Amino acid sequence: MIAAVEVTPAYYLVLGSALFAIGAGGLLVRRNPLVMFMCVELMLNAVTLTFVTFSRMLDDVGGQAVVVFVLVVAAAEVVVGLAIIVALLRKRPGATADTAALLEG
Amino acid sequence: MLELVWLVPALPLAGFVLLIVAGRRLGEPLAGWVATLTCGGSFLATVVVFAGLLGEHGEERSFTQTLFTWLPAGGLQVDLGFLVDPLSITMALFVTGVGTLIHLYAIGYMHGDADFSKFFVYMNLFVFSMLMLVLGENLLVTFLGWEGVGACSYFLISFWFTSEANAAAGKKAFITNRIGDWGFMVAMFLAFATVGTLSYTELMANADQLAAVTATGLGLLLFVGAVGKSAQLPLYIWLPDAMAGPTPVSALIHAATMVTAGVFLMTRVSPILAAGYDWAPSLIAWVGAITALFAATIAVAQNDIKKVLAYSTVSQLGYMFLAVGSGAYVAAIFHMVTHAFFKALLFLGAGSVIHGVHEEQDMRRMGGLRKYMPVTAATFIVGWLAIAGVPPFAGFWSKDEVLLFAWAKSPVLWAIGLVTAVLTAFYMGRQVFMVFFGGERWRDDHATDEAQAAHVVADPVGDGTTDDAGEAVAAADPSTAAATYAHDHPEPHESPWLMTLPLVVLAVLSLVGGGLNLPFSGDTKVLENWLEPVIGEAEVHLDVATGTKVGLAAVAVVAALAGIVMAGAVYLQRRLRPVEPEVLAHGWYYDEAVSAFVDGPGRESFEAVAAFDRTIIDGGVTGVGGAVAWFGRGLRHIQTGFVRSYALGVAAGAVVVLGYFLTRLNF
Amino acid sequence: MIELIVFVFAAAVCLGGAVGVVVSRNPVHSALSLVATLFGIAVLFVAQEANFLAAVQVIVYAGAIVVLFLFVIMLLGVDESDELEVEPLVGQRTAAAVVGLAVFALPVMAFISTDFTATGILGDRDPDVADIKALGELLFTRYLYAFEITSLLLVIAVVGAVLLARRPPGRVDEIVDPGQTEHEAALAERFARAELDAGYLPKDSDTEESAAESDAEGTGTRPEEVRS
Repeated sequence: MIAAVEVTPAYYLVLGSALFAIGAGGLLVRRNPLVMFMCVELMLNAVTLTFVTFSRMLDDVGGQAVVVFVLVVAAAEVVVGLAIIVALLRKRPGATADTAALLEG
Repeated sequence: MLELVWLVPALPLAGFVLLIVAGRRLGEPLAGWVATLTCGGSFLATVVVFAGLLGEHGEERSFTQTLFTWLPAGGLQVDLGFLVDPLSITMALFVTGVGTLIHLYAIGYMHGDADFSKFFVYMNLFVFSMLMLVLGENLLVTFLGWEGVGACSYFLISFWFTSEANAAAGKKAFITNRIGDWGFMVAMFLAFATVGTLSYTELMANADQLAAVTATGLGLLLFVGAVGKSAQLPLYIWLPDAMAGPTPVSALIHAATMVTAGVFLMTRVSPILAAGYDWAPSLIAWVGAITALFAATIAVAQNDIKKVLAYSTVSQLGYMFLAVGSGAYVAAIFHMVTHAFFKALLFLGAGSVIHGVHEEQDMRRMGGLRKYMPVTAATFIVGWLAIAGVPPFAGFWSKDEVLLFAWAKSPVLWAIGLVTAVLTAFYMGRQVFMVFFGGERWRDDHATDEAQAAHVVADPVGDGTTDDAGEAVAAADPSTAAATYAHDHPEPHESPWLMTLPLVVLAVLSLVGGGLNLPFSGDTKVLENWLEPVIGEAEVHLDVATGTKVGLAAVAVVAALAGIVMAGAVYLQRRLRPVEPEVLAHGWYYDEAVSAFVDGPGRESFEAVAAFDRTIIDGGVTGVGGAVAWFGRGLRHIQTGFVRSYALGVAAGAVVVLGYFLTRLNF
Repeated sequence: MIELIVFVFAAAVCLGGAVGVVVSRNPVHSALSLVATLFGIAVLFVAQEANFLAAVQVIVYAGAIVVLFLFVIMLLGVDESDELEVEPLVGQRTAAAVVGLAVFALPVMAFISTDFTATGILGDRDPDVADIKALGELLFTRYLYAFEITSLLLVIAVVGAVLLARRPPGRVDEIVDPGQTEHEAALAERFARAELDAGYLPKDSDTEESAAESDAEGTGTRPEEVRS
């Protein structure tokens, strides 16, 4: 029966890796700066999931403390990042990540 | 007094510098006198040093003066220094002595030439180089002089360079010398690699410890250099063409001094030759003997007065190498000295004749000149008797020594030497009779003159070819021979005292020069005793009965007289018909063969080497640059300018690092 | 058993949301997918007895950050350029796929090597104490310094954001949608052209509209020209 299958921390770890991979792939593929940012948030979340999992595995609440800090920093980062995006796109509406391509060899 | 040896080369060098700066202003004849005086001063300095050397005793007669350290390069230490010993002083004496006489002569000979002072610039430079060559304390200083005389030879041969043929002759001389120089250079490398020094004193001291292979290698490589410089087979081809230069040049460089440098070098390194295999000196002797015979045969059929003497020089140099190869170094030096006297005399005499008949050089257009040029004729005859080997003239004593040692080495060599002696007497007699005796062919009537003038213009040398340097001699001289000759032929005149005085001096020397090494007893062998500290050990000491010696000498005299009589019969009394085959007149077609080779397979190999150099060596170097550029061009494409590419790069790098750490895990 | 169901469900939501973020054409859809992922993560936090974090996650992330995202998207206009059809960089998608796969596989392999056990020092969490209490204790004792610094960080971030997003001085009165004037101009031009053509035929009207709303040049240029 399915009930016999126990959810070990392994599951969470693999899920975290998967989320991280999806976020990384998305970051490389998308051009819209906002969507790219969202992919970064995705990666951060994967990391927090992994931290919490390890915190539980090791019986150490320090992992959760790290998650708190990650959350705070992510918030600050989003604020500043979006401010920059707003400033940029105000100057050049429609700019994407590919717009800045003059420095080529 | 020995410390003054630096003056010996310094004076001609000073003359050179002075004449370069102020020669044109000094003009004729002052420039010539300056050059002569520096040369004379050098001779005096040499005499002083000689006196100083005499003051020392036997084995002590070796003095080294180092001016400065020339090449302090790691393991190699070469000083610029002079080695004063009997051999070098002997050489210096006759180089400066004969050189001064020839400088004096040249003041008269080059009279009226537009480049009068330039001539003496080169002449003084030559004397300086030659002195560096003979006085050098090590192989490199000698090489400096060696190259210097080669360069001056080039300058002086193509002195009248406006003619293509003269320039070509100069180039030919230089290039052929260069081939020999290769041997010299490799010998220096070998000396440094094996013994670690280039200095003569150290080389000779260690000579007996050299491995036979090394010693033979050194000796033969230096011999290659000597073959080039002293015009032996197979590199003699430049010397006949070198007659394109003014006659004083031919006398000084191509008779008395430069061409003897090879013999000097072999004598200098005689201990090394002695330490090598026995077949090496034999090789040298055979090359010398064959060259002597070869050149003598060609001289028989030459019609240009200077060409005969050129081939004669090659032949006599062959004698010297025959002596060297037979272990008779003293005899070689002895013959060198006497040869310097009489060959210089002969050349200067020829120059006087040319000057006297208004730049005509074809002997068939001369004749009966002894009436008009008595001094020239008399001195020329003295030179002739000396070279033919008639006693008591100098040539007899020296040639006899050479033949004696050749006999001891191998009777075949002696036979070759003897036949050559006969031929020498013959062709020199031919020359004397054609020029100074007989009918005055320069007087012949106009009709044939016109035709002959045209012929002379096309082929002044008269050997059937129209494109060797001899043509140039007649063609290049300002007063075009044929024109002058065809239209007015005033009578020949004797040369001024400037030219006849050296002739007389040299004639006297040719007469008494034999006294240097009379073979009668140990005391009369002055030269041998004098040179003993230098050559003593390498010299072969003969154990021949006096009777054999006298017999051989007698045979030599008979041979000489036979040659003279034959020449008289053919050319003076006209009893026999002259035998001058075309093949001899063309020098056995050796020159043509060399040209064909160089133009054919030679050129292909040159071009192959050049192509190799271009594609592989140059290509390798530029290829490295090209590879770097190609690599850079490829690498450029990484810089796309797109942020996402760079992000991909970062991610990929992270993956790689992660992968690396994974390899260190245990599964 | 319940844990399994919860896990599967939450994992599905997370993954679905993640994929949604990446493949959505419309950025608003991406933002909403992100919300879904965040909720899923929050559920997983609860499943791992990190209740406080779950709450904070929902409040801060889903409630503030994503809202902020949506504000900006709306402020700047929804940009639906055909970025999913075309990939200007050759091989980027393949490389991204490979990298993504590697980034997934390598940590998993690392985990496998330890058999999914943690190899760190065991902590001293008392299971009876609530997580929020334990967390609070930790934050206000051991990590107090970092805690205070983060507050400073937040202040700086706010100040920075205000500064960065400020309009240049001199135009404070204008609250203009930058796409608005261009939109009007494009429409005017189109009608003018239509009158000339004596017939209203909107050619590629979709792209024209989106181009008019968001283009940079102020003329009815095609989207490919926007991308320089």
